[in-house]
Amino acid sequence: MKRLTRDQIAARVARDIQEGAYVNLGIGLPTLVANHLPKDREIFLHSENGLLGMGPAPAAGQEDPDLINAGKQPVTLLTGGCFFHHADSFAMMRGGHLDVCVLGAFQVSVTGDLANWHTGGPDAIPAVGGAMDLAIGAKQVYVMMEHQTKSGESKIVERCTYPLTGIGCVNRIYTDLAVIDVTPQGLKVVECVDDLSFEELQRLTGVPLGRAAEALPA
Amino acid sequence: MIDKTVPSLEAAVAGVFDGATVMIGGFGAAGQPTELIDALIDQGAKDLTIVNNNAGNGETGLAALLKARRVRRIICSFPRQVDSQVFDALYRAGDIELELVPQGNLAERIRAAGAGIGGFFTPTGYGTLLAEGKETRVIDGRHYVLEHPIHADFALVKALKGDRWGNLVYRKTGRNFGPIMASAAKCAIVQVEEIVPLGALDPEIVVTPGIFVQRVVAIGHAARAVAA
Repeated sequence: MKRLTRDQIAARVARDIQEGAYVNLGIGLPTLVANHLPKDREIFLHSENGLLGMGPAPAAGQEDPDLINAGKQPVTLLTGGCFFHHADSFAMMRGGHLDVCVLGAFQVSVTGDLANWHTGGPDAIPAVGGAMDLAIGAKQVYVMMEHQTKSGESKIVERCTYPLTGIGCVNRIYTDLAVIDVTPQGLKVVECVDDLSFEELQRLTGVPLGRAAEALPA
Repeated sequence: MIDKTVPSLEAAVAGVFDGATVMIGGFGAAGQPTELIDALIDQGAKDLTIVNNNAGNGETGLAALLKARRVRRIICSFPRQVDSQVFDALYRAGDIELELVPQGNLAERIRAAGAGIGGFFTPTGYGTLLAEGKETRVIDGRHYVLEHPIHADFALVKALKGDRWGNLVYRKTGRNFGPIMASAAKCAIVQVEEIVPLGALDPEIVVTPGIFVQRVVAIGHAARAVAA
């Protein structure tokens, strides 16, 4: 089996983002998705700190400290983009106006619970930012993560052991091994990487998986 | 003649008292009113409760205020960053209280204060550590958490231009918390690059109407590292 690289996972997520979608890419891994959005689609990127129509990073020397993204990196504004204050920005998020948000995760449960903000460790300084608003606000919440931890444990779990970000909020999981939908009937595998059988994916995941109706060859 | 402009940063932060709740605009460094914060450090008020999205970056601005040990408590959404060493050390030593609030709840609690709302039910945070002990309600089949407004005695805000009535426009993502913090504070203190004559700001594009602003101080263009 050939695991996807982070860029390949990002490209796979990008394929599912449609023309005209309003999209928030969470900080960390999901920001890679921006590099893979199809050039022939107009897609609106939202950043929680108050912009719609976010463009790519500026050329060296063109950075503007007043024009940054949620990760506090310098960005640009596309022609037609706009700025707004924080309460409006989170109204867009919480109010269900975003079509898609893509988030990183420590764990996702079989019922779509998400844990991505805090390890809960005794020395950890907690920081949540906009994670909880994104988790419950977007029409579709996509998670993008490695399938397993560095020690080989599945990050898709029966029940999250890390503190929750949101309950039952994840719609689809993209990993380096598979694309999996979270449905009322449980987890449904949409696709696996080349040379990975459903049975092997099931073994590596540890929680019950089904096959999505339109997806895998039997 | 109504003139909300003040001649100096010192005059701008006059009267901030020990124990005050002070909102400080900015998201990281964007929109952070660094000159007003420096003036507040010089002014000397202590035991402050600070409301900000973060808890300081590097050693300047809000981080310098923390380092000067003027802050008893901070209400914020994202204190831990690669360059939040000042906050991290104070927090680990037990020398600062932290109220961690999801960012949208922080923004809406500030907005609610300015808008005269006594509380609101939000889905954000339901079922998480950050909603523990809070009243909840099911509305139309969805779970919500009761959140209360955050009022402030003072707000320190950075805008681009203002006039003597306190009308403001901002610059790019530096706008962030400025407009809502101005409305939530009894005394909103704003630093601008330039004070312009009444009428110079297009009334169709004024972002913060002057009713929310009490003091305006001009700091010039030097603070902006890169020209637009």
